[in-house]
Amino acid sequence: MKRRDFLKSVTGVAAGALVPAPAIFSAAKADARSETLLIVSEGGPNNLDIHGVGTNVPGYEVSWNCYDRLITHEMKSGPGGVPYYDRDKFKGELADDMKIDDMSVTFKLKKNAKFHDGTPVTSKDVKWSLDRAVSVGGFPTFQMSAGSLTKPEQFVIVDDSTLRVDFARKDRLTIPDLAVIVPCVVNSELVKKNASEKDPWGLEYTKQQTAGSGAYKLTKWTAGTEVIMERNDEWVGGPLPKIKRVIWRMVPQAGNRRALLERGDADISYELPFKDFQELKSAGKLNIVSLPFSNGIQYIGMNVTKPPFDNPKVREAMAYAMPYQKIMDVVLFGLANPMFGAAADKATEVAWPQPTKYVTDMAKAKALLTEAGYANGFETTISFDLNFAGVNEPLCVLVQESLAQLGIKTTINKIPGANWRTELNKKEMPLYTNVFSGWLDYPEYFFYWCYHGNNSVFNTMSYKSPEMDKLIDGARNAASIGDKATYDSDVKGFVDLAFKDIPRIPLYQPFVNVAMQKNISGYQYWFHRRLDYRALVKA
Amino acid sequence: MLTMIGKRLMFAIPSLIGVVIVTFLLTRALPGDPAAYFAGPAATKEAVEQIRKKLGLDKPLIEQFVRYTNDLAHGDFGNSLTTGQPVAAEIRNRLPASAELTLLGLFVSIVIAIPLGVLAATRPGSWIDHLCRVTTTAGVSLPVFFTGLVLVYVFYFRLGWSPAPLGRLDVFYSAPNTVTGFYLIDTLIARDFETFRSALSQLILPATTLAIFSLAPIARMTRASMLAVLASDFVRTARASGLSPGTVIVTYAFRNAMLPVITTLSMVFSFLLGANVLVEKVFAWPGIGSYAVEALISSDFAPVQGFVLTMAVMYVLLNLIIDILYGVIDPRVRLEG
Repeated sequence: MKRRDFLKSVTGVAAGALVPAPAIFSAAKADARSETLLIVSEGGPNNLDIHGVGTNVPGYEVSWNCYDRLITHEMKSGPGGVPYYDRDKFKGELADDMKIDDMSVTFKLKKNAKFHDGTPVTSKDVKWSLDRAVSVGGFPTFQMSAGSLTKPEQFVIVDDSTLRVDFARKDRLTIPDLAVIVPCVVNSELVKKNASEKDPWGLEYTKQQTAGSGAYKLTKWTAGTEVIMERNDEWVGGPLPKIKRVIWRMVPQAGNRRALLERGDADISYELPFKDFQELKSAGKLNIVSLPFSNGIQYIGMNVTKPPFDNPKVREAMAYAMPYQKIMDVVLFGLANPMFGAAADKATEVAWPQPTKYVTDMAKAKALLTEAGYANGFETTISFDLNFAGVNEPLCVLVQESLAQLGIKTTINKIPGANWRTELNKKEMPLYTNVFSGWLDYPEYFFYWCYHGNNSVFNTMSYKSPEMDKLIDGARNAASIGDKATYDSDVKGFVDLAFKDIPRIPLYQPFVNVAMQKNISGYQYWFHRRLDYRALVKA
Repeated sequence: MLTMIGKRLMFAIPSLIGVVIVTFLLTRALPGDPAAYFAGPAATKEAVEQIRKKLGLDKPLIEQFVRYTNDLAHGDFGNSLTTGQPVAAEIRNRLPASAELTLLGLFVSIVIAIPLGVLAATRPGSWIDHLCRVTTTAGVSLPVFFTGLVLVYVFYFRLGWSPAPLGRLDVFYSAPNTVTGFYLIDTLIARDFETFRSALSQLILPATTLAIFSLAPIARMTRASMLAVLASDFVRTARASGLSPGTVIVTYAFRNAMLPVITTLSMVFSFLLGANVLVEKVFAWPGIGSYAVEALISSDFAPVQGFVLTMAVMYVLLNLIIDILYGVIDPRVRLEG
C-alpha cells in the first residue's frame, strides 16, 4: 500500500464516520417527541413492585405512577411557588369518599375505576393489596406498621365498592400512611393467576410488569437501560395527564446527563453534582428546582456508648468544632438549608427540622474538650457511605481538617454502599455522617425512629434517655387524641433535649434538585422525592 | 482437527470447575451483607432476617454451593438482585452489546494500526515511524474514560455531529428483532436502514474511544515483528531475486510477521471486552462490563459469578480460535505444537 493511498483511505474512513445523522427523519417522529417526556437518571428500577424484595428507590417512581392508592395528598404552594404536597389535606384517588369514625375509616370506591386490563377495581382488590402490604415482610410491612397497620383483619370488605379500615389503636399517622406509596392497589385476580405456591402474593409476576389502575402503564422495561411508560387514557384517579409517553433512560455519567440537558435532548434529569446544578442555575437556560427534603437532615452521629463520645462535654465540643459554613459553601454550593446558627434568643418552635444554636467556635470547643479531660485531643475514625461519596467525602475531609485544630486525629473510613447498612446496624462506628428523612412529615415520627430508647436502626448513636422517651411517647399520644398544648410542649421539650445532649449534630437539610427544560412545567414535590408524571406538561 | 478441538475443550473443564469454586468463595468472602443492602434503608433487624431467609443466605455455605452448582447444571445462573432479572438472560442480552462495540473498536484499530505498523517498519526513522510512535504513545497514555468524555464533548456537545450518548439506539428507535444480538447485523437482516444508521452513529464514538486505546499494542507489535522479519535471510533472498517490494513485504514478510500480531490481537480483544467498563459508563452502553461492576458494588453474587464464568468460557474459546488461526496462517504450526 502506498503511503498516500493509505492516508487517503484513513481520512476517508474518518470523514465518513462523522457524517452527522439527523436526529429525526420523519414528521411522525417529531410529533412523538413533543408528546414524549425523556427523563435521564443515573440508576433505574430493579423491581416494578414496591411490595417486592429489595425494591430500590427508582422502583418507587414506577409504582407511584402506575398504581393508584385509595387516597392521596392535595397540593399547596411550597418554597419558591413550586407545588408541594400538603401534609394535612387528602383527596380521593381510587376512593370517592372517605368517612373517618372514632376507630375506623370507610372508603367508597369510584364506580368506573378499572385496571389496565379492563377489570373493574373492587373492594376485594383493595383488601387483597393491603393484606399483601402488611404480610409480605420487609420494607412494605415495616412502612405499614409505622401507621399502626399490621394485620389483614384490619381491612374489612363492606360491599363490592366499600372498604373499612379498622384502627389497631389511635394513631395520627394511620391516614397519612394510607397515602404513601406502599398501600397501592393491585389487580388481585390477574396477580393471583400468576402466583404460585412458593410465591402466594405473585411478587415474581409484579416484579416484571405493572398490574395496577394508575395513570401510566408500563410498556417496556430493560433493566439498567430504560423504562417506557404509556398513558392510561381510562384513568379515573384525577385529570387526564398531558404527557402521553414517558421514556426513562439510565445514563450513568453525570457529565453526559448535563450535556444531554444543555443540548436539549433530554427533558428532565436529577442526580447531578451540586456544582452542576449551581452552574446550570446561574446560566439560566434550564429550569432548576431545588426544594428541601421534607423531614430530612444530614448529620454527624456519635456513638454515645463508648468513650470519648459518651461524654456530653466532648459531644458539645464537637458541635462547636464543625465547619458548618464551609460545608454549605464548598460541598453543597449553597443548595441546602443550614441547620445551625439560630439566633441565641430564638425560641424553640413546634417544627422539625429546625436549626440548632451551634456555630463554629474553635476556642469554645477547645475549652470544652479541656474541661472533659481531652486537652490534647484523641484519635478516632469518621465513616461514610461511598454511595453518596460526592457529598460525604468532601464533608468528611472538612470535618477532619477542623478537628485536627483541636488535636483530634481523625482517620476517614470509606464504606462501600453494600456494607453501609450492616455497619450502621452494628452501631459500632464512633463517628460518621449520614442522612435520615421520613416520608411522614411529623416531628414525633422523626424522633421516634432516631432518638427513642427502643433503639431502632435509625437511632444510630445508641442514644438512650428516659426523659427523651417520655417526651416522644407523650407527643405521640397527645397527637392521637388531639391534645395540642401537651403536644406542643412535648415537641419543644424533645427538640431542646436533642440539642442539649447532642448525640447527633444536625448539619443541614438537603435539597432535592431537578433540572428540566424551560418548556416543561407542572413539577410537584412529593414526600418520596420522585417525579410525578401525571402533573407534568410539555409545551 | 475435530478430535484436537474436542481434546482442547476437555482440558478446559478442570479450569472451569476451578473458576466456579473460586468465584463462589470469593463472592461470599466479600464484605457487605446483601440482605441488609436489599432490605432498604428503613429496614428493622427482623426485616433484614426475613430478606436473608428469602435469599437463602441463612443456609450453611456448603448447602448454598450445592444449590448453586445444581442450578448451574440446569443452565440457571440465578437472579440478579440489582436489576431483578435472571442472570443468564441479562448476559445473553448484554454480551452482544459489548461484543459488537469491542469488535468494531478492534476492527477500526486494526485498520489503522497494522498499516501504520507495517509502514513504520519499512521506513524506520522516517516521519511515518515517528507518527506511529507519537499516536500510539498518546493513545495508550490517555485513560479511556477521558478520551470518551473528550469525544462526547467535542462531537456531541460542541459540534452536534454525533448523536446523544444514550446507549445503542436513539430513544425514538426500537431495537430490531434479535437474530445475532448485533444491531448492525440485525437491522440489515430486517432491512431497516434508518435504524441501522442510528445504531452505527451511536457506535462510532465509543468504538473510536476503544480503538484509540488499543492502537498502541497492535501497531507496536506489528512494527517490531515486521522489523525482525524484514531483517531475516529469506526476505533478503526474495529481494535479491528481484521480486517487487510489494510482493516482498505483503506476501513474504507480512505473513510471517502475523503470528505475534494475532496473539496480541487476542489479548487486546479479551482485555477490551472485560475492561471497557469505563467506556460503557461514559456512553450509557448496556454492556456486560458495567453490569458486573454494578453487581459487585452491591454485593450481588449471582451476576458476578455469571460474569466470571462467561468470561472464562470466552477465554477458552478465544484461545482455541487463535490456535486454529495459527495453523491457517503458518502451516508449520501444528495444533499439537
